[in-house]
Amino acid sequence: MAVLSPTTSTPERTGPSHRPSSGPPKRVGFSQRLGRWDVKVSPYLYISPFFVLFALTGLFPLLYTAYVSVHEWNLLGGQGEFIGLENYLAVLDQPVFWRSLVNTLSIFLLSSVPQVVLALGIAALLDQNLRAATFWRMGVLVPYIVAPVAVSMIFGRMFADQYGFINAMLGLVGLDPVGWHSDRFASHVAIATIVNYRWTGYNALIFLAAMQAVPRELYEAAVIDGAGRVRQFFSVTVPQIRATIIFVVITSTIGGLQIFDEVRMYDAAGLGGPSKNWMTTVLYLYDVAWGNQKNFGRAAAVAWILFVLILAIGMVNFFVTRRISTSGPSGPKVSRRRTKELLANARAAAAAGSATGSRVPPSARPGPDRPAGPTPPPSRRTPGENR
Amino acid sequence: MSSVAVTAQTAGKGAARAAARRRSSGTRASRSASRRPGWVTYTLLGIALLVFAFPLYFTLIIGSSDPVAIAQNAVPQWLPDSSLFQQFKTVIESTQINFWKALLNSVIIAVLVSMSVVMFSTLAGYAFAKLSFRGRGPLLVFVIATMAVPTQLGVIPMYILMSEIGWIGKLQAVIVPALVAAFGVFWMTQYLSEALPYELIEAARVDGASMIRTFWSVALPAAKPAAAMLGLFTFVQQWTNFFWPSIVLNQQNPTLPLVVRSLQATYFVDYSLVMGGVFLVTLPLLVAFFFVGRQLVAGIMAGAVKG
Repeated sequence: MAVLSPTTSTPERTGPSHRPSSGPPKRVGFSQRLGRWDVKVSPYLYISPFFVLFALTGLFPLLYTAYVSVHEWNLLGGQGEFIGLENYLAVLDQPVFWRSLVNTLSIFLLSSVPQVVLALGIAALLDQNLRAATFWRMGVLVPYIVAPVAVSMIFGRMFADQYGFINAMLGLVGLDPVGWHSDRFASHVAIATIVNYRWTGYNALIFLAAMQAVPRELYEAAVIDGAGRVRQFFSVTVPQIRATIIFVVITSTIGGLQIFDEVRMYDAAGLGGPSKNWMTTVLYLYDVAWGNQKNFGRAAAVAWILFVLILAIGMVNFFVTRRISTSGPSGPKVSRRRTKELLANARAAAAAGSATGSRVPPSARPGPDRPAGPTPPPSRRTPGENR
Repeated sequence: MSSVAVTAQTAGKGAARAAARRRSSGTRASRSASRRPGWVTYTLLGIALLVFAFPLYFTLIIGSSDPVAIAQNAVPQWLPDSSLFQQFKTVIESTQINFWKALLNSVIIAVLVSMSVVMFSTLAGYAFAKLSFRGRGPLLVFVIATMAVPTQLGVIPMYILMSEIGWIGKLQAVIVPALVAAFGVFWMTQYLSEALPYELIEAARVDGASMIRTFWSVALPAAKPAAAMLGLFTFVQQWTNFFWPSIVLNQQNPTLPLVVRSLQATYFVDYSLVMGGVFLVTLPLLVAFFFVGRQLVAGIMAGAVKG
């Protein structure tokens, strides 16, 4: 059943050293039977820890949430009566829930769009023949190792309404102070800044890796076509790394809709401000379950609503991505063929062997930090991580 | 499709080092044809780095100033001074904060979870990448699909479960749910299917090694680079984790992120002390970053390259 057994392993799997079938063994001894059992059972043994633990700590709680959500259930009293969809109706009837949903979407948009733009800019800066490249790359990653709660504390102070650093800076350039904790939109901007601070550098490195995989000949061709650096960036770099951009957007969606740490620490009370200006849906869930209400049934309903919402947005993302990625290649493919043509013409026109550099086919191009092969993770954050 | 990792397996470590050097020097040669960037690039990057570093520096400034100055001035002073150490001392010695316990707890949780995630992910990744068994394809698809599922929304039943078995306030309540990660399994599957040649496994089997011995002596060494990166990322993630620990742990038995929370609750008027404490909480990972930052950068960039 495993690699060795020649009858089941496909040639593609065993690779070049695929051995011809050697016929069944003549005498099946105990150790051989044990060996065969070993081969058969081992794979399942190896994957079972993951599946057992995941079923217990990931899948079961998620499904059980649905069960809790249709019961009366309190932190102290425990399980009560079955009440159907009453919890859901109660939640949907709460203005605070809707407010939290709007807040979540607003903070998410404010954090994802500028983050991608800034990360692209930083990646473009890093994607040059820099001196001390490792230093710069490590530098942009520093925010990633600071815990979101700590970042939020620091920024909460910097964005203080009175005597805050940001307002002082605004004052220096002659602007009025902003009510970072009193104005709803301003608080969203501040919290989005906290999120961006931690993830911009991280995403820049992801973009940088993708940029380094772009065949350099495309840039050469663009130069021949007379494109400047800015034009190169928008006409070569961005289309070439579009898949990575979409990937970053999707992963930040899953995380962005579950923002908790940043809002929890943004002020001393940690419950979204006096008028719930920056209460997100996960914070609302927390408040319903462990705050004043201590109502697990309703909190479970909130969790389930948010879960369905995230899945729905994920689906939309997936189909949009598929559409883009299936319609995508036709664009770049044509232009790549065209640029290759142009390149060939140009090279023919110029003297043969002039300084075009050592050219490698794109597929064989190693890329400085590329490991053994392409390893695209659909999610760079392990499940359970909260951002 | 030979890679440096394969070279390490087939021709030894020295050959792998040489191959890596050849590979990187080849890259450098082809890139040095492009010109070095000008001062504009360095200036812009420098500004970006200053912006990224400033919030941490800000904690030092505020931590060194006295509360009266903070209440009157956005930037009470521009340089940190020795009074910072007084704040560190207060935070460490505070009975409400439990700093040493939090540090120890954070280390225990992050180390145990990283080890377990790496171990189980490598085992499962090896099985998915190199062994054939019934149901392999669908199960792998299932693993990948679970990565898109926001499992943290299952906190309510998890909490009910934890209080049923009496784990509220105990470290195992944080450790056990984090022992496995779908991302880790996927990551190791990807890496091992590239980096571990079938020939090596076959050779070990022909030599009479059992399945687990083959895993231990052949797959595990080959998986080392990816396993190290997975371990690092899991460590950082657990170290900075707040949501679930804040629900099941308490101030008597906290982790470092919870210390940040109790700093705010205990000393919220004394910003100087709070910011000193925040810096102190950040410091361990900052020091570690000095040594492993390079690997973190490499890990992010390795994971990002799209096929």
